[in-house]
Amino acid sequence: MVIAIGFEGSANKLGIGIIKDGVVLSNPRRTYITPPGQGFLPRDTAKHHQDCVLEVLKEALDTAKIDTNDIDIVCYTKGPGMGAPLVSVAVVARTVAQLWKKPLLGVNHCIAHIEMGRLITGAQNPTVLYVSGGNTQVISYSQRRYRIFGETIDIAVGNCLDRFARVLKLSNNPSPGYNIEQMAKRGKKFLELPYVVKGMDVSFSGLLSFIEERANQVLESGEFTPEDLCFSLQETIFAMLIEITERAMAHCGSQEVLIVGGVGCNKRLQEMMGIMADERGAKLFATDERFCIDNGAMIAQAGSEMFRSGQTMAWEDTFCTQRYRTDEVEVTWRD
Amino acid sequence: MAAEGAAERDQMVLLKQGAEAKIYSGTFMGRPAIIKERFSKAYRHPDLDKSLTVQRTKAEVRSIMRCRMIGICTPAVYFVDMERHRIYMEHVAASITVREYIADLERSCSANHVSALRPLAEKIGATVGLMHSHNVIHGDLTTSNMLLSRLPKDGPDAGGDTLDGYRLVLIDFGLGYKEGLAEDKGVDLYVLERAFLSTHPNTEALFSVILEHYKLGYGKGAADVINKLEEIRMRGRKRTMVG
Ligand SMILES: Nc1ncnc2c1ncn2[C@@H]1O[C@H](COP(=O)(O)OP(=O)(O)OP(=O)(O)O)[C@@H](O)[C@H]1O
Ligand SMILES: [Mg+2]
Repeated sequence: MVIAIGFEGSANKLGIGIIKDGVVLSNPRRTYITPPGQGFLPRDTAKHHQDCVLEVLKEALDTAKIDTNDIDIVCYTKGPGMGAPLVSVAVVARTVAQLWKKPLLGVNHCIAHIEMGRLITGAQNPTVLYVSGGNTQVISYSQRRYRIFGETIDIAVGNCLDRFARVLKLSNNPSPGYNIEQMAKRGKKFLELPYVVKGMDVSFSGLLSFIEERANQVLESGEFTPEDLCFSLQETIFAMLIEITERAMAHCGSQEVLIVGGVGCNKRLQEMMGIMADERGAKLFATDERFCIDNGAMIAQAGSEMFRSGQTMAWEDTFCTQRYRTDEVEVTWRD
Repeated sequence: MAAEGAAERDQMVLLKQGAEAKIYSGTFMGRPAIIKERFSKAYRHPDLDKSLTVQRTKAEVRSIMRCRMIGICTPAVYFVDMERHRIYMEHVAASITVREYIADLERSCSANHVSALRPLAEKIGATVGLMHSHNVIHGDLTTSNMLLSRLPKDGPDAGGDTLDGYRLVLIDFGLGYKEGLAEDKGVDLYVLERAFLSTHPNTEALFSVILEHYKLGYGKGAADVINKLEEIRMRGRKRTMVG
């Protein structure tokens, strides 16, 4: 039996989750929301996390109804992410690990998304589309690594959505992507946007500058509505993502596809992926916002797997790192 | 159309279904042919779907033509049916993909497969270098999109530009285009590097051979592209990946 507590705060979400043998006992989360038109800055985000971390920790422990003595392992996000928020949360994980006299494990955030997706959906060996504010990767497991087959060569898909939401001054509550999704449902007219796929990689920067430059003009002329633009943006960037995922599936002969990361809770993305999977006779696995969006339980889950396979981390290695690639981690818990 | 009729009467046998195209074998005017038919993808918006299908069929034909003009082996295009998004092309006889070839070698002589693959890596590098020196970007350089075709023993093509009895043939140019910028060539190499290393783990040494011979095949100006490649790799590593 493994009971793990996970601390996550690599971006604007602070989450702490407790997992007992793959069962989520608690998973509270707080999101730092900025005014419309503004992104989140490292310092303010770190401040947000510092202000609420103890309250969230108490909530996680109370809901899980466990004795801290029973915890086997304390896990925290080692990276990748924004430096200041990462460190603000890691410091709390280090403190409780010492207080409770428990071992500490630093977890790769991307790997945690994948392991949580596998746990919740039961997918065995899926091709993974990992899409979030800072990441766009198509991943497949082989020979003890999660290998990156495709990724963005410039900005991440979530970043592209967020920056477009700023152009339209959409609310950041609960997230810019969610509000784009709602608007897109009412969009009708399709504006053709630059579509850039290179092998299994994608590029969004040209598309973003194209739509940033033209948005006001086509809106003022009445040719397109903001809803139409949200619709066209989603249709285009999601089609690019599905295309590279399908390529990777064909390449790896994969019959399962799993979507993880914050953008992964978008229903239209899931629907498009479902159609693609169907046509290939493959199966789609996706989760909802509780587990797609950054949370503490996913860190606990990946940490549990590492712990079960015998991984330990020396105290001096429990630092944070802003850059930490998915394929750097040796996956000791899978065959 | 007469040509279409000629193909119509023949049997088309589905060989492979890729992500966006079906590959049939058949004949064209009596010659054995591969028919590549792009089909519509139900997940994407119909306007986008139509435009991509047309763009890629055109791009594939144009890039194949450009490559053939500069002496790079690609299948000859026999006929294009824009209505049905079909390309009728030469059936590259007795071929396997480079991917299969590498996998076979890894199985049969795992100990020294890297040195056994050296001539192939040299050929790949030289070919991509030559292609880029003429500003042709492939767009999807993977080991699945390169064929090795066994040459008939003592045939007219034997020797010279060959690789132990094989000829390297580039295919699948749907994402191809013409561009002189080092950035686009660098990305093309980056795609190849990543495809190569993720499909064939522990072959870093081979990719260096590819790059060495890329420089030779490219000639003057190759250094700019290699520098770009380094810059593009750094971009990937430096991305902080928040969220
Ligand atoms: N001219 C040809 N001669 C012999 N075999 C071919 C020829 N063209 C394609 N093939 C075979 O079919 C396979 C797929 O061809 P191709 O790469 O053009 O399409 P695809 O990869 O299915 O398309 P997409 O990349 O859009 O999914 C090749 O790997 C090769 O085995
Ligand atoms: Mg192909």
